[in-house]
Amino acid sequence: MFELSLAQARDALRARKISARELTAAYVGAIEALNPEINAYITPTPELALQAADAADEALARGHAGPLTGIPLAIKDLFCTKGVRTTAGSKILSPFIPPYESTVTANLLRDGAVFLGKANLDEFAMGSSNLTSAYGPVTNPWTRHGDNRPLVPGGSSGGSAAAVAARMALGATATDTGGSIRQPAAFCGIVGIKPTYGRCSRWGVVAFASSLDQAGPVARTVEDAAILLGSMAGFDAKDSTSADIAVPDFAAACKRGVRGLRIGVPREYRMDGMAPEIEALWQQGLAWLRDAGATIVDVSLPHTKYGLATYYIVAPAEASSNLARYDGVRYGARSDGHDLTALYENTRADGFGAEVKRRIMIGTYVLSAGYYDAYYLKAQKVRALILKDFTDVFRDVDALVTPATPTAAFGQGDRMDDPITMYLNDVFTVPVNMAGLPGLALPAGLDATGLPLGLQVIGKPFDEETVFAVGAALERAAGFTALPTLRAGAAA
Amino acid sequence: MSLDPEAVRRIARLARLRVDDGQVAQIQGELNGILGWIDQLNEVDVEGVEPLTGGALMAMRLRDDVVTDGDQAEAVLANAPDRDGPFYTVPKVVE
Repeated sequence: MFELSLAQARDALRARKISARELTAAYVGAIEALNPEINAYITPTPELALQAADAADEALARGHAGPLTGIPLAIKDLFCTKGVRTTAGSKILSPFIPPYESTVTANLLRDGAVFLGKANLDEFAMGSSNLTSAYGPVTNPWTRHGDNRPLVPGGSSGGSAAAVAARMALGATATDTGGSIRQPAAFCGIVGIKPTYGRCSRWGVVAFASSLDQAGPVARTVEDAAILLGSMAGFDAKDSTSADIAVPDFAAACKRGVRGLRIGVPREYRMDGMAPEIEALWQQGLAWLRDAGATIVDVSLPHTKYGLATYYIVAPAEASSNLARYDGVRYGARSDGHDLTALYENTRADGFGAEVKRRIMIGTYVLSAGYYDAYYLKAQKVRALILKDFTDVFRDVDALVTPATPTAAFGQGDRMDDPITMYLNDVFTVPVNMAGLPGLALPAGLDATGLPLGLQVIGKPFDEETVFAVGAALERAAGFTALPTLRAGAAA
Repeated sequence: MSLDPEAVRRIARLARLRVDDGQVAQIQGELNGILGWIDQLNEVDVEGVEPLTGGALMAMRLRDDVVTDGDQAEAVLANAPDRDGPFYTVPKVVE
C-alpha cells in the first residue's frame, strides 16, 4: 500500500483495486506505530479519518470521485480545521478549537481528501528545525549511515515533511514564509512547492508574516505536489491578497519537458563554505537539464546576500503585529494578572516560546518610534531591489535552478546556541518569498553519509507550470528512489 | 545601534511581554546580536528606491462595503478563556 504515489493511489481507488478504507487504515496504522518515535503529528484524528474514508468509498461506488477522493493527507497545524484543535505549535493556542475551516483545507475536503490529523511545526511557523514546537521536536526519518543520532526534519513544516517521508501520509499541506516548505522537503528527501504569493488563500491560516506567508503542498513526487496544489489553489474573496487568476492544470505541466527553455544559474548562490557535494549536485542538475534540451545561462542576482537580513526585519515586524491578537481574552490560553496589563503580559510570557518572543521583540523594536525609517523602511527598499534582481533576470530566462539548502539535515542538538546560525538555513529560499515567486524543492541525490540533498527551481510569478516542468525533468533524470532509514527494507 | 537594559524593558512593555529581571541580560545579548547582523543593510544604496510593502505583485482589491457575515456570537465566544453570558471578561479596569 505504501509504495503507491498519490497519483497511483488515486487511480487504484478509481479502478476499485483498493478501497479508501484500506488505504486510510494503512496510514492510520503507520501513524500509530511511528508517531511515538517521529512526533510528526500533534493531533492524529484516526476516527475522523476512517469516517471520511468510508464516505469516500460511498462516493467512489456512486462514481462521484473528486480529484482527491479517498487520499489521506496530513494537515499542518497552522490551518484552522473546524472542530479539530489547531495549535500553531504554540502553548498559547493549546485550547483553541476553530469554529471554521480554512479555505485551503475546505478546498481539499471539497475534492474528497481524507485528513489524518494535524502535523507538528515550529511554533507559529518560526523556525528551521521543528525544535521550537511546544509539542516536542519532530525526528527526521532519515539518519546518517552507521549513526543513529536523531536529525531535525527542517522547519517550519517539519511534521508535514517527516510524515510524508515516513509514509505516515500520502501528502501534506504546509506553509512557507522564508523556506518552511522547501527546506524541510529537502531535509526529508521529498518534494515541496511554495507557489506564487496570492495563489493559495491565506484565510484561516494562522498568520505569521502576512506579506510573505503562502500555503503549498509537500508530497513524494513532483506530480503528486502538482495534483495537491491544483486542489489547494484558487481565488478566494475572503483573502484580499488572493489572486483572481485561473488555476491551470499543474499535473499536465509536469509532462512538458524542458526542450528550448533557458535556465538561469545565479552566481551569488555559490556561497563560501557550501558543502562540495551540494555544489556537485547542482552541477549535475544543470547537466541533466542540458541533456534534456535546455540552455543553461549564467545570471546575477546582486542583492541575494541581503535577503536574510531584510527578512529578519520584515518578518518579525509583521509577526509582532499579527501576534498582538493573543491577549488571553478572546481565545487561547490565559494567565491571570492583577490588572489588565498584567493579564496580557503574563499570558504572553507564559504562552509564547523563546524564539517567538525574540521575533516579537525584534519586530516591536524595528517598528517603534524613531527606528521605523532606519530598519523597516530601509528593509522595504532593499526588498524592492531583491524583487528587481529577479524581474531583470526573468527577462532573459524561464526559470532558475539553485541548491535548496546549504547543508543536509543536522542533528537535533546542533545549532541551538546562536539564533543567526539557525537563520542561515534559509539563505537560498528567503529571497523567493521576498519577491513573491514560486519555488519548488525536490530530492536529487544523497550525500556521503546517506542523507538527501535537494535542488530548488524558481519561476516567474504565476508560472508554476514551468517550475513543475523543470522539476519533473530533474526528477526523471535523478531517479531518486532512496527510502528514509526508518522505511528502508520495509517499504511494502 | 545597541540596546541597553532599559531599552530591552521598554520593548518588552510595548510588546506586552513580562520579562523578569534575571532574563534581561540574555535577551539584550540576543537582540543585539541580531540587530548587529542586520546592520549589514547599511551597505546597500537605496537612494531613490520606492519601498515594496506587500507580497502581492498586483493592486489590492476593494470589496463592496456591505455586511457579509455576522450574528455568530456563540461561535465567536466559543473559545473565550472566561466569559459572562455574551461578554468576554477581564480584570477590573475602572474603580
